Amino acid sequence: MEFLQLGIGRWLHVVAGVMWIGLLYYFNFVQVPALAAAAKDGTGAGITKHVAPRALFWFRWGAVATWVLGAVILGRHFFEAFLFMKTAYYPIGVGAWLGTIMFFNVWVLIWPNQKKILGMVQASDEEKARARRVAFLASRTNTMLSIPLLFFMTASGGIFRTAVWG
Amino acid sequence: MKNPLDSLWGTVISGLVLTLVLYYIVQFAMQ
Repeated sequence: MEFLQLGIGRWLHVVAGVMWIGLLYYFNFVQVPALAAAAKDGTGAGITKHVAPRALFWFRWGAVATWVLGAVILGRHFFEAFLFMKTAYYPIGVGAWLGTIMFFNVWVLIWPNQKKILGMVQASDEEKARARRVAFLASRTNTMLSIPLLFFMTASGGIFRTAVWG
Repeated sequence: MKNPLDSLWGTVISGLVLTLVLYYIVQFAMQ
């Protein structure tokens, strides 16, 4: 059981996390600047039609897999981490909260607004402009939060190891 | 004042500052 939870579970958590955060970095470091450049010569249609929907599919389901597998790894310590009930779980508790906020941003702010931007749901030009700003800021917020997230996800075995393991 | 999240470097620097702040809070709480 422990092999499945802490061995296979942690491995798949990292695989799914690379999918999620990798695509988040792709959006922020590659696609957004590329679309800004493409807007100048009108060549962005291929990105929004063929690339963005596929990237968003793996991005949002990668987020689900990462969060669920993270909860599996925490197991019976889930509430001890989330409610900061034990000192040893403080670092992973902060990481878990950051990941949960980012998961919320993906499904509540980024994905519904991207559907308006990409024309998957009906929206006026004014609604699209607002959706663009909300999705952009939520995506940038997640990029910012990913930095402490990755720090605290590795902190228990890294910088806080003496405090956690003695 | 400009929103730091409008630039990539502003986003990265904000993330590093937040990491530092949270690190000191957690380190203090764990003592």
